[in-house]
Amino acid sequence: MLQVVMFNLTNGLIVGAFYVLMALGLSMIINLSNVVNFAHGNFLALGGYFAFTLTPYIGFWGALLVSPILTAVFGYVIEQLMIKHVYARNHIYSLLLTFGLGFIVQDICRYIWGPSPLPLGIPDILSTPLTPDLFFITWYRVFMVVVVIVAVSGLFAFLRFTRVGMRIRAGTLDLDTVSALGVNVAALRSYNFAVGSYLAGLAGVLAAGQIGLNPNMGDDLIMPSFIAIIVGGVGSLTGTLLGGLLIGVAAALTTVVMPSASEAVIYVIMAIVLLLRPRGLLGEEGMLS
Amino acid sequence: MNGLTVNKYATTAIIWILLLTAPFWLPLLGGYTALAGRVLVFALAAMSFNMLLGFTGVMSFGHAAYFGLGAYGCGLFLKFVAASTPLAILAGTLLGGVAGTLFGLLLVRRRGVYFAMVTIAFGQVCFYIAYKWDDFTGGYDGLRGFVRAPLDFGLFKIDITNNANAFYFFIVTIFGLAAAAQAFILRSPFGRTMLAIRENERRARFLGLPIERHIWLSFSISCFFTALAGSLYALLNNFADPLGLNYIMSGNIVMITVMGGMRSFWGPLVGAVLFVMLQDYVSSMTTNWMFFVGLTFVCVVLFFPRGLMGMLQKGART
Repeated sequence: MLQVVMFNLTNGLIVGAFYVLMALGLSMIINLSNVVNFAHGNFLALGGYFAFTLTPYIGFWGALLVSPILTAVFGYVIEQLMIKHVYARNHIYSLLLTFGLGFIVQDICRYIWGPSPLPLGIPDILSTPLTPDLFFITWYRVFMVVVVIVAVSGLFAFLRFTRVGMRIRAGTLDLDTVSALGVNVAALRSYNFAVGSYLAGLAGVLAAGQIGLNPNMGDDLIMPSFIAIIVGGVGSLTGTLLGGLLIGVAAALTTVVMPSASEAVIYVIMAIVLLLRPRGLLGEEGMLS
Repeated sequence: MNGLTVNKYATTAIIWILLLTAPFWLPLLGGYTALAGRVLVFALAAMSFNMLLGFTGVMSFGHAAYFGLGAYGCGLFLKFVAASTPLAILAGTLLGGVAGTLFGLLLVRRRGVYFAMVTIAFGQVCFYIAYKWDDFTGGYDGLRGFVRAPLDFGLFKIDITNNANAFYFFIVTIFGLAAAAQAFILRSPFGRTMLAIRENERRARFLGLPIERHIWLSFSISCFFTALAGSLYALLNNFADPLGLNYIMSGNIVMITVMGGMRSFWGPLVGAVLFVMLQDYVSSMTTNWMFFVGLTFVCVVLFFPRGLMGMLQKGART
């Protein structure tokens, strides 16, 4: 029993780490630009596919570095081409736009790389188990958690200590004032969108190493990311971090008791949070409501 | 009577003439009657959704839930309770409508993007229930094993089970009644308050309108009508599909509405024609239909945010 619980707990933490990585990117874009990027899951798939194409040339480690950057560039271009034109309009339009965009990106992936699942080769050292006793924990899982920790710490350091990061944080609270102080808000939003896309791409590479690739892999991850944001509270990245881990672990532990309810439990958590604390665990009062 | 009102009556007349004669001209264009039925069902769902998006200014991205609940309610009633089409429609409409009313209570204080996200999440709850509850809902395979029953008026019977045209006129009748009811609601004083909330929520609040209650009511009404469309969808296919509850379906309803024109009463109907045509023709030519549907939609959002009807109306005015 203990081993089952242990297994599901580590599983939950790993899945939660995924949700966190993806939700943080989404959350950043929502906070600064008030855009829910529906195509975020498809950006994730794109990052994974970039890694698939790059691995034969520059190896897994190279792909891990390069494909998130490519995804960020892609996100930047898309923002410039489409999304920045709807900032001034009602928020409904950005939602609609990214929904259509998700269709397009998903079908491009299907067109280029084919509809059938593809594996992403990972280095041998990562595919071996930790110890014979802990056979269910491969080094890849440990590695994923480490990458997530590094990426999240990096993100928080970036927001805390760099000038752009400081402006993003300020813009989240009051964009008009930041603009009045002479910051180029349009450029700021573009950088922010690129950083969000980078996180999606990174999550995509990691996910591809674990579960392989298929064109609609992002669809399964986008809903939990939304819920992580709602549970954690819109406007707070720490909240998103907490929310992601919470629902990941809760879903995994439910698997021990009642496997069929594991997907439903995260929605139950969301409903409870909305009832008892509508702004989310760490959300700002009045943010987007 | 000014030109615009004449125009309005002319539009309505043309739409009804086309709808009532569809079984006669559609086969000439290479279509079939069930296709027209599908257009009407999607149009009804999208028009119901548009009461919320276009006329109250609130974005729900989870209307598939109420559409799908309507379908399941209708199917389950036919399968397990009684073989009566009108009662099954009533059961489906009630199931979806009541669920929407209850969810609405949790939603009304949220706004904007937040509202949309929470509606999606609630929609997915319904999807997972239908998907996982194998014994009752048929799980992944969907709910099968029911057929629409003939309409029995005591004196005479109408066979909508096998006669495709009779069933089409049945759908047209219900569509007409629902559209009339929606038009009536939108013209009522309550409907005017919905427009007021859309145009300026803060000012409407200052005027003393109970905003939360009105949004809740509007959401609830919209869900009842959407569930009605869902019931018809189950009857049309003799099948209820869990994917009909998925957020992709919600997205389809939104796309239909926006492509047709969300500020126009008949816009969603035009959008449904366009969407069903796109889906039917493009998917028969290429497997990459998602790309073309997505691209069309993105272009509409970027360049014609008022949709096709918005474009036509603008053209008529100048």
